[in-house]
Amino acid sequence: MMGDTTLDTKNTADLSHLRAQFPILSETVHGKPLVFLDSAASAQKPDAVIDAMSTMMRTQYANIHRGLHWMSERATEAYEIARSRVATLLGANAREEIVFTRNSTEAINLVAYSYGSLLKPGQVVLISEMEHHSNIVPWQLLRDRLGVELRVAPVTDDGDLDIEAYGDLLSDGKVALVAITHMSNVLGTVTPARRLADMAHAAGAKILFDGSQAVVHRRVNVRALDADFYVFTGHKLYGPSGIGALWARRELLEEMPPFMGGGDMISTVTFEHSTWAPPPAKFEAGTPAIVEAVGLGAAIDWVEGVGFDAISAHETALTAHALRVLPEVPGLKIVGRPADRGGVVSFTMEDVHPHDIATLLDRNGIAVRAGHHCAEPLMRRLGLNATARASFGVYTTEAEITVLAETLTRVRSFFV
Amino acid sequence: MDGDSLYDSLIVRRAREPHHAGELADATAQAAGNNPLCGDRVALGVRVDGGRIAAARHVTKGCAICAASADLMAGSIEGRTLSEALDMAGRFHHMLGNGSAVELNDLPESMAAFLPLKTHRSRLRCATLPWTALEEALGHD
Repeated sequence: MMGDTTLDTKNTADLSHLRAQFPILSETVHGKPLVFLDSAASAQKPDAVIDAMSTMMRTQYANIHRGLHWMSERATEAYEIARSRVATLLGANAREEIVFTRNSTEAINLVAYSYGSLLKPGQVVLISEMEHHSNIVPWQLLRDRLGVELRVAPVTDDGDLDIEAYGDLLSDGKVALVAITHMSNVLGTVTPARRLADMAHAAGAKILFDGSQAVVHRRVNVRALDADFYVFTGHKLYGPSGIGALWARRELLEEMPPFMGGGDMISTVTFEHSTWAPPPAKFEAGTPAIVEAVGLGAAIDWVEGVGFDAISAHETALTAHALRVLPEVPGLKIVGRPADRGGVVSFTMEDVHPHDIATLLDRNGIAVRAGHHCAEPLMRRLGLNATARASFGVYTTEAEITVLAETLTRVRSFFV
Repeated sequence: MDGDSLYDSLIVRRAREPHHAGELADATAQAAGNNPLCGDRVALGVRVDGGRIAAARHVTKGCAICAASADLMAGSIEGRTLSEALDMAGRFHHMLGNGSAVELNDLPESMAAFLPLKTHRSRLRCATLPWTALEEALGHD
């Protein structure tokens, strides 16, 4: 645990101390030290998370909200404390506004299914061209089920959202819901969330932010953003997989019908009729990911201990370093030049396919992602089949990015 | 550099300068192979004449392994009967699956270039995609 002292990641000793808390970073890959530059896909886990989950299973585990016994009460308390951690992380008004889900995808599907069922044919859901498939497909399913219209706000050549076009798409007042990323997983673009929310609200629409990437890199406050829905996933925030969260305004959660039926989400059940528990229980049918929720709570504690100021300063410095050294690699082109960006850099290399880049980097101990990054429409917009992507976490060092650039130069000379 | 053993010089050469790339104007059978996981695409055209593959051409948008595999495949199936070509496809899949050098005996020598992929399973499909497209073009799946 970092305790309440914030971290100075520019200080090498501090960064080594932080890295030492991630056991996996001392592993080797193909005999090379691991250089993990794929945190945007999923981040590595600190001891604090691993230990919290292990302790939970070793000493405190029981089902929640059910048993009258002490172990169940303790497990319930741990689970609900994790919910409070999420509420604090997002600046929510109340912990009851936090619904645990498996991940961001499930959270978006929950909104599309439940809030979506309140929409009328002819109303519009507005997404953007740079969405992850998880913020496209659930809305297509809703469109096909309900007859709502799906509109897509374009991105500029630099990889920013085209604000003017966004405004035009809102202007007829038919948009009921905007569902848009807070930070692109491909380009690193951080969208002007508050402005988007203001424009959506002025047009009578609600707004959902996919915060899967954004929540990792900077302080998010759903009230300051004036959001209506905000989703994120635990595994990118140094927590375990299998746990994510939906935040929504309480009145929206109250209005929304259940997503799935089962235990824990009911008030009373008869064969004729059942009534629902109040939110968030209404949306958490069945035994949830108890241990994972506790792990997420520990991850949030850990991240808050490091401090978002330090995290965001560190990642800004890393990104600036990457944008300096990577273009020096022969044939390398950075994809996108957004006005505001987080620690995600996509690139292509003339005459070398991203998969061949990724394979050779892997054989040299460097993990990057290559492909369409679950954002095929954005790839088409950019005229690309695939990119390679390096993404940074709190444990990433400038030296690792330098190694990446040097190895890329060797990859290039191998193929050309 | 480390990892270059995965890329036989033949693969690098054929990816850079393919011998059988392009569209086949008088193709009698066509198919497109698509790997949704990575976006690789192989468009394959073959001209079948008297039960034999008279010509094969491919347009590949993909990695070096996929492009080289498509090109070497196109070269190796020309002049073969349909059943011979399909048999080769089966042997190629098997060679990279659970097969052994036995399969290789009945494949053109150049196919050995792909054997190192057996230990890099995330890239296997790059090599097999053109063969899957061939099976589809010849109406066999």
